[in-house]
Formats: sequence, structure tokens, C-alpha cells
Amino acid sequence: MTSYIIRRLGQFVLVFFAATLMIYAMVFAIPGDPIRALAGDKPMPDSLRQTLTQQFHLDEPFLVQYWYYITGVIQGDLGTSFNNREVTEIISERFPRTLRLAIYAFIIEVIIGVSAGIWAGIRKDKFFDSLVKVSTVAVISVPIFVLGFMAQLIIGVRLGWLPVTAGNPPSLYGYLLPAIVLASVSLAYVARLTRSSLVENLRSDYVRTAKSKGLTQRRVIGVHTFRNSLIPVVTFLAIDLGALMGGAIVTETIFNIPGIGRAVYEAVLAQEGNVVVGIVTVLVIIYAVANLVVDVMYAVLDPRIRYD
Amino acid sequence: MTDITSKPPTEAVLAPDVATPEVVPAGVPPKQGKPASLWSDAWKELRRKPTFVISAVIIIVMVVMAAVPTLFTSVDPRECSLLNALQPPSAEHWFGFDLQGCDYYSRTIHGARNSVAIGLVVTFFASLIAVTLGSLAGYKGGWIDSSLARLADIFFAIPLILAGIVLLNALGSKSVWTVSAVLIVFGWPTMLRLMRSSVLSVRELDYVDAARALGASDWRIITRHILPNGITPVVVYATITVGVVISAEATLSFLNVGLQLPAISWGLMISVAQNRILEAPHLLFFPGLFLSITVFSFILMGDALRDALDPKLR
Repeated sequence: MTSYIIRRLGQFVLVFFAATLMIYAMVFAIPGDPIRALAGDKPMPDSLRQTLTQQFHLDEPFLVQYWYYITGVIQGDLGTSFNNREVTEIISERFPRTLRLAIYAFIIEVIIGVSAGIWAGIRKDKFFDSLVKVSTVAVISVPIFVLGFMAQLIIGVRLGWLPVTAGNPPSLYGYLLPAIVLASVSLAYVARLTRSSLVENLRSDYVRTAKSKGLTQRRVIGVHTFRNSLIPVVTFLAIDLGALMGGAIVTETIFNIPGIGRAVYEAVLAQEGNVVVGIVTVLVIIYAVANLVVDVMYAVLDPRIRYD
Repeated sequence: MTDITSKPPTEAVLAPDVATPEVVPAGVPPKQGKPASLWSDAWKELRRKPTFVISAVIIIVMVVMAAVPTLFTSVDPRECSLLNALQPPSAEHWFGFDLQGCDYYSRTIHGARNSVAIGLVVTFFASLIAVTLGSLAGYKGGWIDSSLARLADIFFAIPLILAGIVLLNALGSKSVWTVSAVLIVFGWPTMLRLMRSSVLSVRELDYVDAARALGASDWRIITRHILPNGITPVVVYATITVGVVISAEATLSFLNVGLQLPAISWGLMISVAQNRILEAPHLLFFPGLFLSITVFSFILMGDALRDALDPKLR
């Protein structure tokens, strides 16, 4: 067990370095002049060019540049943007909004997804089950930007039930529609996963034993099946909280929420290399940590799984 | 060479696309009195499944639309007249006109090509990589396995859309090929994991040991015994992946880092429409509908395939 966790940590470190190196390479090592990219369309005086070249170690080989960058990251320094703002400052300003959005989406996803999945699983092959099966495929099929616009148009404008954009500063009420849209796809996955896991467990021997002992349906499902069925769902949810933050790019763009997803998108379009690499690095860390936690949790929670 | 069980997979996978039920003799028992294979069993079940039939029909229509759009419309999607700008749907022009006054029905039909092509090309190459490397990793084990697993981890650590935005923006040129290449590069890791674990479970079976004892080479064992029996989960997942890729391409085009005008693509059409949603909702509705239906049928077909191929669910 301990050796598994140590090995898993080692993999985490490797993935972290390799993934950041890859992003760094994608942003900076691809042909083109990074300083011009930083400057955008504006002309740049030679003195500034020299300062920047030195500041970003652009006269050094690529791997050395990456080394400077990554040692900075480990010390909590993500560099500065073109107009000299700390990337960490941009992130700490933008991140809380994305986190809020992700948490609201997460709550919606858990409540609706799990209960729809349980209900469908108990009534396997009945009407509600088929409804859940088809509607979840339908929700997964509609790309999130189409869903977002449709929601804006129908729920926001035509019906006027919820505000179309989150507002500034964003309010809880304003977050509701974007959170529903962001949650929708994961919600469908959660419902399906809960359903299939429940259906599988309901067929298992210990459930038959519980039934033949004469336990009530309520107790068989509530105590014996439910908790076991939730193991895969919980692991999915833990990874998904990381994925929701990465997935917020589209939702934040559509609903005009100045969160981290929009920040990275704007930075890409503005060719702000440092900001892009900084934010993506943070997102990759969150995602990788979520994965790590899930794997370790799994090892602790489920003794049937052997790691050697 | 006489191993018949290795043949049906390819036939059965292709069959839903190319063959109508009449082509395959209905109710004829499997050849040479052998017990029905997993795939012929599955095919029998699939033909009777409404979700499979519906999704297969939609997919065929979309593929034909992508290959020969002129079958569906004779109007040139690039022939536009500003006089017609933003006109809503009417009896003659079912989908109305876009901002430039181009016939929206014709543009929607012609938009199928890029989506379907990217979906199929990306899935084909990503599964090719995944199946090759996955069977290698699963069969050989050891350092090959762990290095391939770590490589997959690295690509897996970066969310697809994020990677697409960064890489496509860096590449500069944004054609069907670069978009496909980026989606392939970040699309194979999940399938590699699937293939690897599937191979691992097949590798230890008795008939593989038997083949090895008979002196079969690694190549023969992999291609004749392991692949045909281990590829099922990848086939199911690949079907779903076509839908996921189409959706990802549309998202990237929508974010202006995928296909660029004057290319015709559903994602791009929605991107252009986004500022006009209130005055001309049809600009959003039709490409969105086509896009969703296409993705829907691939995912539905993957679902049906999984139900039919997983004996545990029978």
C-alpha cells in the first residue's frame, strides 16, 4: 500500500514535468518570435527587446529556458504578463469565480445525477429508466456551446426564468444558468454510471441473500446496494471536479464570466505566452492532483483491489 | 490461416454502415455449423434493436451527405446575395439565409463533410495508434508497458479542448489536416488504456497458452488470437469517439481556433451566428441540430454495440 502511494506520487511528478514541458514547448518553441508575439501588433523598441530577451532567457537553449520557468513555478512564481502583471495575481483574481461556477455545477450534478441514476436503476427497463437512458445520450450529444446558447435563448430570453449572463459582480442567481449548462454533460455521465453500477450490484449474490433473509426493499437498496454502487460514482465525481474547471472555457465564454477559462482563452488569442502557460500549468496540476487523490482513495477504500 | 474467428470482427464492424439487412442472409446459421461467434450473435441482436437501426440510418445519411452533398441540394453554398441577409426560413428556403445572404440549407448540408471527415479520420488514426501500442504494451509488459502508460498519462493530463486551443493557436495554419492532427495527438491515450487492459485479460487465457505451446510467433499470437478477442471494447469506444471528435472539432471552430472561414463547418456557422441569436435564432438552430444529431447517432450506436457485445449484460 505505502509502496503503491510512493510509486503513484513518482508518476505524478513525472507527469507534471512532462506535461508542463509539453505546454511550454507548444507555446514558446514553435517557430516565430515570442517577443513579437508578446508585443502583439505594436512596434517594440530595441532596448525593451533586449531587456525582455534577458528577462525570459530567450538567448539560452530551450531546455534551459524551461528549467528557469519550472524552478520559478515550484517557488510559486509563474512569471509576468506582457503588461507586467504577475500571472499568479491574474490567477488569484480569476480563479475564485471559476471555482464557484464549478462548485455550483458540481452540486447540481451530484443531486440530480445520482438521484436520477438511482431511480432509473431501481426501475430497470421501466419508462423512467428508458427516459434517463435516452435523455442522457441526448444531453451528452449536444455540444456544450450549442446547449449554452439554447439555454440562453430559451430559458433566459424567451421564458425569462433566469438571467442570461452572470452579471458583474456575478451573483449566485446569475451563476445558476451557466452552472446548469456546465453540469449537464457530467450530470448525464453520473446518472448513467450510477444506474449501471446499481443494476450490476442488484444482481449480485449478497443482494439475493439480503432479499431472501426477508429484508425490505428499502433496506436492501439503501444499505446493501447503495453504498457499494457509489464507489465508481465517487471516483468519477472526484476527477470531474478537476475536469469542470478545464471545461469552463466554453461556458465562461458564452456566459461572459471573467473566470480562469476565459482568461486562458483571451491569453491565447492575445498571444500572452506566459499567462497561457501559467494558467494551463495550474489547471494541469489541479487535474493531476484530482487523479492522484482518486487513485489513492481507491486503494484505501476498496480492499478488493490489490496493488503490487 | 484457417482461423475463422478472426474474420468476423471487421465484417461486423463495417456491416452496419455498408450493408442493409437484406444483404446479410437473415436467420442463416453461422458457417460450417460452428457455434455462433460473439460478433454474429451481436449482429443478430443488433438488427432487431431500434436504437441501432435508427443510429445506423442517420449515420449513413450523414456519410452520404458528406460524400455527395449535391444529392441533397443543388444550391451553391457560396453563392450569396446580401439582399437575402438574415431572412428567416420560408417554404422555398427551408433554413432561411445567413448574414451574407447565403442559402442556409445548402450551407448546413455542405457543412457535414468537414465534421464527418474529421470525425472518421481522427478516430481511425487514433484507434490505429491505440490498438498497435496498446496490444504491444499489454502483451509485452515490462518497461515497454510502463513507458507507454506514462506517455499516455502525460497526454491525458491536459484537457482536450485546452490542448487544442494552445496547439492550434501555435501552429498558425488551421486546416482540416492540422485540426485532425491535433485531435489525433490528444485522442489516443484513452483508447490505449482500454486496449491495454483488454489485452491483459485475454493474454492469460488458455488458448493463448496453447498457441504459444504450439510454437506460434508473438506476431501470430497477437494478430490471430489476442486482437480479435481483445478489440471489442475499443470498437465500442471508437464508435463513441467519432461523435466526441465531431463535437470537439465544432467546439474548436466555435472558439475560432479550429477551421477558418471560408471553410464551411457547423461549429463555424454557430460561431458566426452567436451575435445574432436574438434576431435570427435559425442561424443557431439548424447547424446545432445537425451537429447534435450526428454526435447523438454515433454515441447511440456505440451504446447499442456495447449492449450487444457485452455477454455479461445479456
